[in-house]
Amino acid sequence: MSEVVARLDGITKSFLGVPVLRGVDLELRAGEVHALMGENGAGKSTLLKVLAGVHRPDSGRILLGGNEVSFATPRDAQAAGIAIIHQELNLLPHRTVAENVFLGREPVRRGQVDRRAMVAETRRLLDWLGEDGIDPEAGVVRLPVAQRQVVEIVKALSADARVLAMDEPTAALADHEVELLYDLVARLRDRGMAILYVSHRMREVFDLSQRITVLKDGAFVTCSPTEELTSDQLVRHMVGRPLDALYPERPTEPGEVRISLRDAGNDRVRDLTFDVRAGEIVGLAGLQGSGRSAIARAIWGVEPFTAGVLERDGEPVRIPNPRTAVRKGIGYVTEDRKGEGLALRQSVRDNALLVRRAALRGQAARRASDLAALLKSVNVVAQGPHQEVRYLSGGNQQKVVLGKWLAVRPNVLIVDEPTRGIDVGAKQAVYQLLRDLAADGMAILMISSELPELIGMSDRILVMHEGAIAGALPAGASEEAVMGLATGHGIGEVA
Amino acid sequence: MNSRLKWRPRLTDGTAPVLVVLAVLLVALAFAGPAYSEPAGYLALLKRAAPLVILAIGQYLVIVSGGFDLSVGSLVTAEVVIAARLINGDDGNTVWVVALLLGFGVLVGLVNGLITTRLLVPSFIVTLGMLLVLDGAVFLWTGGAPRGALSESFRVPGRGSLEIPVLGQVPWSVLILLVVLVGAVLFMRGGTGRTLIAVGDNENAVRLAGGRVDRLRLLAFVSSGLLAALAAILLAGFAGVSAQVGRGLEFRAITAVVLGGVLLGGGRGSVVAAAAGALSLEALFSLLKLVGVSGALESAVQGVIIIAAVAYAAHGAGLRQKLRIRKPAPALP
Repeated sequence: MSEVVARLDGITKSFLGVPVLRGVDLELRAGEVHALMGENGAGKSTLLKVLAGVHRPDSGRILLGGNEVSFATPRDAQAAGIAIIHQELNLLPHRTVAENVFLGREPVRRGQVDRRAMVAETRRLLDWLGEDGIDPEAGVVRLPVAQRQVVEIVKALSADARVLAMDEPTAALADHEVELLYDLVARLRDRGMAILYVSHRMREVFDLSQRITVLKDGAFVTCSPTEELTSDQLVRHMVGRPLDALYPERPTEPGEVRISLRDAGNDRVRDLTFDVRAGEIVGLAGLQGSGRSAIARAIWGVEPFTAGVLERDGEPVRIPNPRTAVRKGIGYVTEDRKGEGLALRQSVRDNALLVRRAALRGQAARRASDLAALLKSVNVVAQGPHQEVRYLSGGNQQKVVLGKWLAVRPNVLIVDEPTRGIDVGAKQAVYQLLRDLAADGMAILMISSELPELIGMSDRILVMHEGAIAGALPAGASEEAVMGLATGHGIGEVA
Repeated sequence: MNSRLKWRPRLTDGTAPVLVVLAVLLVALAFAGPAYSEPAGYLALLKRAAPLVILAIGQYLVIVSGGFDLSVGSLVTAEVVIAARLINGDDGNTVWVVALLLGFGVLVGLVNGLITTRLLVPSFIVTLGMLLVLDGAVFLWTGGAPRGALSESFRVPGRGSLEIPVLGQVPWSVLILLVVLVGAVLFMRGGTGRTLIAVGDNENAVRLAGGRVDRLRLLAFVSSGLLAALAAILLAGFAGVSAQVGRGLEFRAITAVVLGGVLLGGGRGSVVAAAAGALSLEALFSLLKLVGVSGALESAVQGVIIIAAVAYAAHGAGLRQKLRIRKPAPALP
């Protein structure tokens, strides 16, 4: 067994008397990826912040290489060799890679910043990581997100980090970038780094980690080698109950056609021909950039179709802007919940009523009791309708977004990555809600890059490849069939 | 849930602190000067404050939707100068000139709003430009000294009073202020008002919810222009004609709004608090005069207030967030 680099021992932490961590133990070993799992609010971030010196634990010990340490500031933790890669990257976009790596610790020679030494050291570290494709003198603003992450990691390495904690590092990455990150993490591990990896994505955790620790409600649940856990067991540990039916049954017979495309296209997508019927959930699969979301944005009038026909309940229609889409009874839960879905400083109530007020002023006024019923139907947990949505968890925020659409009673709903960044319990609630809506006659077009979810939910799956539909698959298709079509080789089974 | 029926100060809106400030100032006034030993003193304060409060309400609409309106000060000056020149002391001209003044306010707001929304010039720059344009135009037109005179009937809203049973003599400007304030509160509580705040918070979300973001912003600028015209009419009646009457009022209105806890950049704040901010500012200046602080210090005081209020808002937000951490959240009823 390899050397224990860092150990957390019985860490407790409360905020205003509310316990957030209740005696958590954690051991990080050199050359090992240790995954930290748990639902939102389980205490993962707080634990990370204790390790990073942001929060001081109320009790418990932090041991580095066998010696007890205590960090007064994040700088202390950094000096002791602990680096954190946050979800949001902390880089200055208009400076070069090397300048970012040495930000605040620039080597000085004769009173001047020694640029040559900075660049040379950055290049050495990039080479060591096998990322020699990145130019130390390139401006960060021109690098793709995945490479910016590499810069963050190099920054950590240059400060002689021995422990690297990564908080949902793949959240901001496109699919092909995720693969690159996997490689990078594996290389860091092989070079002896102790890595703490926080993620919601089951597959990543099983692919990457050697050991998994699960937290629930701030308490330590289990720690075991990854190979001894199945994903079902892991979910049970996280949720505290079996998730026997994560995806609800598909009972319904589809009804009439709600949305129909005939040879529709624009700059991003082409030759689209398909129907979505009342009561069915049609899945849209494809790699990032394949045109999945472009279809949604075209139907919805953000970037309208320029060719072909779009029919709504059998009538050809033109939808030049979102307002028209809303008025024609189409709802759209966008991929970017915070940027496009919610006004974060507004209350739960104001967000839930946003569409009604913005697009349908004067129509069908809803009373306060209706609002309460609406929020209940999507099962939002909040302190009250006046709480600002930015204080809600991701799952509850997503429920508010869904509620905002249900408030105008559309009969077509497009959902783009409906469970991104929300925990597994909330995911199940969203699945059930979507299925219930379909059972009530909603036509649902669902876009997701999580294949298990797409396959589990969809009645049919359309697979996009380079802007066109590469094929259609029936419910319960295999992941291999979907990926085959999505990547352009392998025809898969055709529905 | 009947909370939609009652207005109540909320910490999350930042409205509570300004009400405390206002109450303290009003009490302090009573101790500082004999004029405030009876209601008439406060009524006079309200009358003096009415133009600023009305300007602050207009400024609030623009700020909460994510903009600035720096043009209102010179708009007030322009309106007053135009009024004097066109009325020229003749009571017969009053009605059409009032209509024209209000129309001019709407026009200036429309230009501000259209340039901001169509040409995508930041409103800070657009209205700063408008400030200079109006300043220059007034100077060109008057040559430095306004000509003409106001009519008696034109001055009634600004300095006259109405005999109301029980209350006695109530200034017209206070009544007008009340109407504007009640109108603004009702508007902000309605769907369009709530959507306007959401525009200041995240205009993408509003656009994707099917809202007409540009129209809402335009509405805010037009309202600000119209309210500035109204404020100008009250101010002219109250203080008479001068080419300096509106100088610095834009910053005074912004200070008032910020003092009311409204977030610069938009998305948060209540119109009642903005109005209370304006009243507090006026009360503070009255108090300073009473205790013998030089009037020359007013702008310095205002500068300190605007910085302190924004600093408090920034600091307060962090503090509130800390207090929110993991409070247990019960399910909604």
